[in-house]
Amino acid sequence: MGGWDRFADTFLNTTVMARYLPQIVDGFLLTVRLAVLVVLAGVTAGLVLALIRALGVRPLNWAIIFLVDLFRALPPLVIIVLIYFGLPSLDISPSAFGSTWASLTLVLMAFTEEIFWAGITAVPKGQWEAARSTGLSATQTLAWVVLPQAIRITIPPLTNRTIAITKGTALGSVIGLSEILSQASSGMSFSFNPSPLTLGAAAYLVLFLPVVVLGRWVETRFAWHR
Amino acid sequence: MIETFFNLQIIVAAWPILWQGLLSTIGLSLLVIPLGFVGGLLLAVLSTVRNRWVRWPLMAWVDFFRAFPPLVLLIFLYSALPFAGLELGAFGCVAIGFFLNTGSYYGEILRAGIESVPKGQVEAARSTGLTRLQTMLWIVLPQAVRNVLPDLLSNTLEVVKLTSIGSVVALPELLFQARQAQSVTYNPTPIVAAAIAYFVLLWPLVRVLSRLENRAIAGRR
Repeated sequence: MGGWDRFADTFLNTTVMARYLPQIVDGFLLTVRLAVLVVLAGVTAGLVLALIRALGVRPLNWAIIFLVDLFRALPPLVIIVLIYFGLPSLDISPSAFGSTWASLTLVLMAFTEEIFWAGITAVPKGQWEAARSTGLSATQTLAWVVLPQAIRITIPPLTNRTIAITKGTALGSVIGLSEILSQASSGMSFSFNPSPLTLGAAAYLVLFLPVVVLGRWVETRFAWHR
Repeated sequence: MIETFFNLQIIVAAWPILWQGLLSTIGLSLLVIPLGFVGGLLLAVLSTVRNRWVRWPLMAWVDFFRAFPPLVLLIFLYSALPFAGLELGAFGCVAIGFFLNTGSYYGEILRAGIESVPKGQVEAARSTGLTRLQTMLWIVLPQAVRNVLPDLLSNTLEVVKLTSIGSVVALPELLFQARQAQSVTYNPTPIVAAAIAYFVLLWPLVRVLSRLENRAIAGRR
């Protein structure tokens, strides 16, 4: 057997890949479901926090700032482990899916709040005053004047951050969530061949490469030109 | 509840190994940050080459490693490469994985920084007799780094946090040590302690960043 044949037999073994394809497809679907739920909940929660912060109630703002700082400073894997292994001591036993979802959602929430808040403060005060003086209410001003401008500024950083955090779904494998990585790893140990892991890696690329390329496009499309 | 999550006795007992873990997290960060930064610098400087046969493969390289979850990369290096007779050890795998992953992120940030430096700067520098390399080193890069400083710091924060995935390949950093202590004591206190340690270590950086980013986004208008 030549060098290439041996390499192909080890890393690109189609027989082994075919055997573990169904598991990896299952893992893929689970990863997609988790990622969608994280993005929906995390971005919504972050936006809500930023809007509450815009109300300007002091003690509330301090609480929000602390929450945001906390989940920016903690590694997502530490939060996952803390929820999964810590909460059972309180007689709450979250599932691996729930723990991973909650952790990534909290992290995305923190980053989203920070980005939206920066976007809101970036809209000049004159815009507020002008809108209010034309007779719009505070809510209307926020919804129709400030937010549309703020969102435009925030889209590039938000896209990049969302991609980075969604990739964290792979961390669920540490607590036994049967997403792509853990399906691929168990396939590898059962078959004693790394081809399932190659397949898993390909599955991640199928999932995230289009998003990364899209992010690159969004970055140039929404860029502010001086 | 305090008994469970902040058990003082357990903190005292686990302290030595947690401290060791904290030190190796710091040491690991001090190794992988420069490693990733140098990788990124290499990518960014290469991407200024006008030739499209250089630019496109570089962009593909960067996108590839940005799309790949770092944990998947680490597991691939750690448990798939030995099948090809390549045993790199936990430490080697973490070093290579970080070089590839965070190098791509640093590279993308530095490339944006280099592009933000006006062309006139390069032309002026070249016309005073500086070579291309000198222009890059002394004129372009200092301005580029300053322009993207918030992004560079933010990525550095992410790199320090990311060292926690070293625990998956049994590298004895903070999270790994905390989990060891947790499994011995059947109590989540060590993990809470580790979380507090991460927070204390990184909070100042988060504060600085929050200010810098606010200013950067506000200045973009």
